[in-house]
Amino acid sequence: MKNFFKTAFFSLLVISGFWGFSNFGIPQIKPAPPPVEEKLDLGAMTMDQFIALGGKIFNGKGTCTLCHNAMGRAPMLDKVGANAEERMKDARYKGEAKTVQEYIHESLVKPSAYVVAGFGKSGSNDTESPMPDVSGGGIGLNEAELAAVIAYLQDSSGSEVTVEIPQMDAAPAEGAAPVEEAALKTPEEVIVKYGCGMCHKVADQVGALGPDLTKVGKSKSKDYLRQAILDPEAVIAQGFTGGMMPPTFGEQMKAKELEMLVNYMAGLK
Amino acid sequence: MLTRNMKITFGALMLVILAMFMLPDFMPAVHASEAAAAEATSAAAPASAAASDAAAEPVANAITFPPAPKLTEADYPTIPGVNARVMVWLVAQLHLWFGAFVVAVPMFVFIIEVIGMVTRDERYDNMAYEFIKVSITAYSLTAILGGLLSFGLILFYPDLFKYLAMIFKESMFAYALLFFAESAVLYIYYYGWHWLQGGNKKWIHLTFGLLLNAVGLQLMFLANAWTTFMMSPAAVDAAGVFNGNTWEAIHNFLWNPINIHRVVANVAYGGSVVGAYAAFKFLSAQKKEERAHYDWVGYNANFIAISALLPLPFAGYYLTAEMYAYSQQMGITLMGGVFAWIFIIQAVLIGALFLSANYYLWCGMGRSDGAYRYNPRIKYIAAVLVLAFLVWFTPHTLVLTNSELKDLGGPYHQILGVFGIMPAKNTAVNFLLTFTFLSFVFYRRANKVATVSWAAAGNAAQIALFTVGLINIVILGVYYGYFTNTVYKVAASIPQVLTTLTIIITSLVIDAFMYKGAKDVAPLHWGRMPARSQYALFLLAVSFTWLMGLMGYVRSGIRQHWHVSNIFRDGSPDAFTPGLGYAASVVSVGTIIFMAMVIFVFWLSTISGKHVVAKGYWKEQA
Ligand code: HEC
Ligand code: HEC
Ligand code: HEM
Repeated sequence: MKNFFKTAFFSLLVISGFWGFSNFGIPQIKPAPPPVEEKLDLGAMTMDQFIALGGKIFNGKGTCTLCHNAMGRAPMLDKVGANAEERMKDARYKGEAKTVQEYIHESLVKPSAYVVAGFGKSGSNDTESPMPDVSGGGIGLNEAELAAVIAYLQDSSGSEVTVEIPQMDAAPAEGAAPVEEAALKTPEEVIVKYGCGMCHKVADQVGALGPDLTKVGKSKSKDYLRQAILDPEAVIAQGFTGGMMPPTFGEQMKAKELEMLVNYMAGLK
Repeated sequence: MLTRNMKITFGALMLVILAMFMLPDFMPAVHASEAAAAEATSAAAPASAAASDAAAEPVANAITFPPAPKLTEADYPTIPGVNARVMVWLVAQLHLWFGAFVVAVPMFVFIIEVIGMVTRDERYDNMAYEFIKVSITAYSLTAILGGLLSFGLILFYPDLFKYLAMIFKESMFAYALLFFAESAVLYIYYYGWHWLQGGNKKWIHLTFGLLLNAVGLQLMFLANAWTTFMMSPAAVDAAGVFNGNTWEAIHNFLWNPINIHRVVANVAYGGSVVGAYAAFKFLSAQKKEERAHYDWVGYNANFIAISALLPLPFAGYYLTAEMYAYSQQMGITLMGGVFAWIFIIQAVLIGALFLSANYYLWCGMGRSDGAYRYNPRIKYIAAVLVLAFLVWFTPHTLVLTNSELKDLGGPYHQILGVFGIMPAKNTAVNFLLTFTFLSFVFYRRANKVATVSWAAAGNAAQIALFTVGLINIVILGVYYGYFTNTVYKVAASIPQVLTTLTIIITSLVIDAFMYKGAKDVAPLHWGRMPARSQYALFLLAVSFTWLMGLMGYVRSGIRQHWHVSNIFRDGSPDAFTPGLGYAASVVSVGTIIFMAMVIFVFWLSTISGKHVVAKGYWKEQA
């Protein structure tokens, strides 16, 4: 019996050693939560917002940066516009694109139409791309999201943005009649719904196009904040340019939501 | 007889390795191109995949299958106070642990029985019988846990179960049949052990043993098909509509890589658990003969574990490379993201495995009176092992930072990036293997004096072999790793492995000739082992169990928020991937439950041998 306890104790010790190492010996990274389908209101977007949206998808839901990063897993896309012209003339090109926009679109949904030299699947001699079709399966971008990503890529690679913002409603309201939605309950919900986090650092969102709002209540009054939302052009925050922040929130938000949001931001000190 | 034991096991081992490298060539249906086709979501893809799969049986077009359901939280039944995911997770893992054990034990029981028959040494036969006895109770526990697992899936994940059952309908039926066949064969093999003895009867018994293994392996392969289907689905289109070809679904992209890794890992695992059993018996033994017996059993168990441990890293890398080939996204999720840290823990665990197995060998040299000749060298082996272990364990994620990559001279290969950052680690692994083998060579020699005239020359040749081989491994690692352009980094691992294999095989051949008719220094003193050596066997078994649990988490974790990768989304509240610390807690709890159940199994096998004569209890018969 003594041996039983000794060996049991020893085994427990080993297990707690492994457990302890896994919990305290290495950094604890929390895996990203599953992506959620966001409702987009494209009708109210300017091109800059649309490009910003593309950037957000590129860095987030699209998981593009998993491969397209400085570590050489996939080609960098900072010259994709200029490169596209070359690629379409290449003898190995198997696609049907005529324009840069079409080329990028094709790269996203039929990656094997052209495989950048040296990046093909092993053993395929650069005839098959390891990149998944981002419109299907695991990533599942819809047409509007694809367009936004293309706009972003065109913009960030310094070529002309030829994409047009799709006029259709990106996420067609399920159920035909426009049912009056109930007002949201928390300021965080409001921030998520109206996409403030796309541009602002606020409530665990990390947008960087607009000012950081995590301490905005320190220097700004409620009236200022209310105005900043209802009429963004009235006062342009220092170091930023006007015309970026959507002017339409006043029409979309319910009064209750607006007040909740203003009170919330005023409390961020 | 030891030599024979070794020769046979190593022969089997080499065959496994060979098979591992050859298998991809025999898998016409599963090739990168088709995986890509299966992955591609264009409507044409399933057609082209089917077209290129010449072996595909004609599919009845009449039946059309529904697509994978789109679930919401409401579709998952809940029981207040029960965490469905943790329940299913634990039960599945326990089932896997026991399953691995009962699949593995008959494999080496069969080999040991053959050794016993060939050498006519009855001790082997008795040991084999003792092992199979232990696995009988484990077998019923496996079945009970399997039942619980199905029950848990039906209860908490009914739609997933329905979907998988639809695709694997036929094979589930086959599974049930195989299960009955396995039970029947196992019982005949076990209960017929003492009946089928001697002459032709022994051959019949061995045939049952072979049959038992064949059925057991098939059973496992079938179960693997469901797991791997969830990772790398085949025979379904992008919406999850099944094309009716069950074989294609079974024979999915990751099926064989996991089959191979699991077979090898299970043998090593089975060996380690049996080793713990022997260690416990050794520690509690009262009589000297009993100690000697269990020392000997423990030695053999450890030998089995090490033999299977040596090819395991290669099977692991092969599995990883195949994951990359299947989906770069999956590969990077595995090695680059949250899971990158897992492999640090994995390295610690594997380091623990190798060090404890080696430590046990070194302690074992105490059994021999001739060991003093080799003892001084052990400390160098220990130093190299620790060093190799440290290299293996550190650079993994560090190299992933951008600045380090620049220092290394640029980014690594895109697809087999794992290997790209691996030259240092590969070198370390090969050192680990070579020196573990060296430990073993020393152990064997400890009690022998070569009598052939060319012994000195042979020795020199072996020293040269090891030296040149190790230098070659280092040069390959350094050169390919740091001085060539990126594409060639991948290339280093293969010649390194070949070098290691060459060292092992050539050295074994030289040894076999050199120690032919060698003199024993003195009979081995079985049982002359310090108690702490037995704790090394415990460390081995516990680390192995924990490692398996951890890798189970990785295997399922890389599917992220999908039940079936990219086809069937997990809509439950638990769709998120749990963090590493949390997983470690679940794995630890699982390991403790498993150990408790194993102790129960061992205990059962001891009470069955106990007889109490209750005097005066029974009515006297007239
Ligand atoms: C699994 C890794 C992976 C992911 C995720 C991925 N890509 Fe790629 N991508 C590649 C690889 C590898 C190539 C080069 C091979 C080829 O040309 O198809 C590539 C090529 C491209 C090209 C063509 C580049 C050229 O110069 O012709 C574009 C454009 C592109 N990707 C955009 C994206 C976008 C946008 C996303 C996210 C929505 C994305 N990729 C996600 C791996 C990936
Ligand atoms: C498309 C990007 C974008 C979105 C979406 C957006 N903003 Fe802005 N926001 C900006 C930019 C750029 C500025 C700075 C220029 C300006 O003041 O108009 C700004 C300024 C502000 C300011 C003033 C900050 C200061 O220090 O003066 C507030 C407050 C603010 N935003 C709140 C919000 C809220 C609340 C939402 C969501 C309902 C939102 N924003 C959505 C881009 C955006
Ligand atoms: C000495 C080295 C190794 C040991 C001892 C080892 C051990 C194990 C064990 C015991 C299992 C569980 C098998 C089962 O469930 O039946 C496992 C699974 C796994 N291993 Fe390894 N392994 C090794 C190397 C590797 C390497 C190098 C990798 C990849 C980098 C790897 C990746 C995996 C994965 C992904 C699984 C889960 C697959 C499954 O469920 O079977 N292994 N390993």
